[in-house]
Amino acid sequence: MEEIIISTLQRTLVAATPLLLATTGEIITERSGILNLGVEGVMAVGAVVAFIVTLTTGHPWLGVLAAIAAGMAISVIHAFASITLQANQVVSGLALTMLGLGLSGMLGKPYVGKPLSIKMDDIVIPWLSDIPYLGKILFMGGPFFYLAIILALTSWFLLERTRLGIQIRSTGENPKATETQGVNVFLIRYLSVLIGGGFSALAGAHLSISYSKSWIEGMTAGRGWIAIALTIFALWNPSRAIWAAFLFGGIFVAQYLLQPLGISPNFLSMLPYIATLLILLLISLKDPKKLNAPAMLAEPYKRGQR
Amino acid sequence: MIKITTTDRYNITPFRSLMTNVFSLAAGLLVISIIFLIAGVNPIFAITEIFSGSFGSVYGFKETLTKAIPLILIGVGLTLAFRAKFWNIGAEGQLLMGAIFSTWTGLTFGDALPSYLIVPLIFAAGFIGGALWGIIPALLKIKYSINEVISTLMLNYICAEFLTMLIVGPWKGKTRFGFPGTDNLPESAILGVIPGSRIHYATLILAIICAIVLCIVIYKTRFGYEARVVGENPDAAKYAGINFLKTSLILMAISGGLAGFAGVGEIAGIHHYLSYPASVSSGYGFTAIIVAWLAKLNPLYAIISGIFFAGILVGGDAIQISLGLPAATVEIVNGTLLFFLIMGDYFLNNKISIRLSN
Repeated sequence: MEEIIISTLQRTLVAATPLLLATTGEIITERSGILNLGVEGVMAVGAVVAFIVTLTTGHPWLGVLAAIAAGMAISVIHAFASITLQANQVVSGLALTMLGLGLSGMLGKPYVGKPLSIKMDDIVIPWLSDIPYLGKILFMGGPFFYLAIILALTSWFLLERTRLGIQIRSTGENPKATETQGVNVFLIRYLSVLIGGGFSALAGAHLSISYSKSWIEGMTAGRGWIAIALTIFALWNPSRAIWAAFLFGGIFVAQYLLQPLGISPNFLSMLPYIATLLILLLISLKDPKKLNAPAMLAEPYKRGQR
Repeated sequence: MIKITTTDRYNITPFRSLMTNVFSLAAGLLVISIIFLIAGVNPIFAITEIFSGSFGSVYGFKETLTKAIPLILIGVGLTLAFRAKFWNIGAEGQLLMGAIFSTWTGLTFGDALPSYLIVPLIFAAGFIGGALWGIIPALLKIKYSINEVISTLMLNYICAEFLTMLIVGPWKGKTRFGFPGTDNLPESAILGVIPGSRIHYATLILAIICAIVLCIVIYKTRFGYEARVVGENPDAAKYAGINFLKTSLILMAISGGLAGFAGVGEIAGIHHYLSYPASVSSGYGFTAIIVAWLAKLNPLYAIISGIFFAGILVGGDAIQISLGLPAATVEIVNGTLLFFLIMGDYFLNNKISIRLSN
């Protein structure tokens, strides 16, 4: 029993990792006022690029870097369309998802079903990992898990405690006033979209080179969309995103836990999506005003307009 | 020094609008050519192959029309939703729900009723299924301010799993020898096709009627006006006393219902039984988003853009076989074209002048 609980919680954290990475990235992007619905597509590109580079070079971190670069590169299209050309951000994000899923399918076709024999060692933190129970769960995780936590906390610090963070947040709340302060609103928004894209790609890299160690089309399975919902659930705060992602990691793992009970596997597969709707419903029932979305989210900014 | 200034353009003529779309598509095809080049495929050959595969032969054109049916139906419904800035990304789920409802109706009543009763009945059932799946996100949005992009997408996944649950479980047909899928619909519920093709003409005619009716609804009725105001100027809509909940529920019932119609057509016209979600619909709900956008949210134009994108789907299948490209190629084409269409809007709405000055 003890073993089962520990391994369940370990798996929960592993399942939460890509959600946390993508959610953190989307929070930064949305805080600057840009809605990026392309997370799912960028994640897929990140997954396939990380897989190909890792498989051919044998260096997983090279794969991760390549994935981040690819994720940023493809996100530039959304940034250009929605920031420079003031296009509709909902449609532009959808286009990015289509393009990303398409490109990942094309790039990855020769690699479907190839196993990745690379091993990313768990990081055992001295002393802390000796704590009974907790040590095994929290302090003996894979590198991506620590990376996700560190990046979420860093992002929280960046947004709430630094000058750049204030600039990002005020760009999302009131771009006109921010520009009057001498801040380059366009630059801040481009930067935020690029950071978000890098995070999404990193989430994808985790899926292909650490979580499943293989590539198959559609392996992101809607995680990108769940990350967008978690952004709302986390109320645009990266430190809250950690708990939000853990909760959803738990729901992903619950699917496998409940299977032996004879519940339809298709019903269990619905759980993360039903949970997403329920959670959004709960926030809204509790206090809709608390939602506190960036005021200018998804509103294009035209320079020099009254 | 080069000085670039942009000013708003107010006099947008239909001709300019059309030319912008043509140029956007051309620019998109150019970029797709570059992607093909990088993938090691001769772009001129690939693009000719796409269009000759879909419009260049009688067989190809028949297939194009077949795939245009769901795209037109869904695209027409989306023009209404998108006009009200209701971002319905859930047409795929609404289509599947329509397929589920119509299959149940066909299997339950099909043996007892003649064709002229059962066919309208399964279409009505499909509409109701799609409409029900469409009004959930409308309720969630207006009552609980839940973002409709998220809710419609989640409902897509939920519906696909629900459908699979049915066909591997309680609905599994006795004639399937243990394979997932329902039994075939009775003969009376199966739609006729134009001989030598898969074009189920009843649904095609229905799609065109829907486009015409919705065009009248959008431009000539009070409801259509209200839907447009809700989208273009929500504040004004509030002051004008427009009931957001009622408007959203109706427009999503229509948008979802038309996707439900598409589901009926796929089941009763093509497959004749309910099978896996991916075989019932090959992503029509998503492709239809581009159909609506290319149509500039005009239901009548959605007929033309529906046929155009059906051509790309059919041509995409053709190059998969002849050039060995993966199925995802069509998604690259779709995504790129959608990007260029929305970027083109900038040049439609803004006048850009480049001046050389010292």
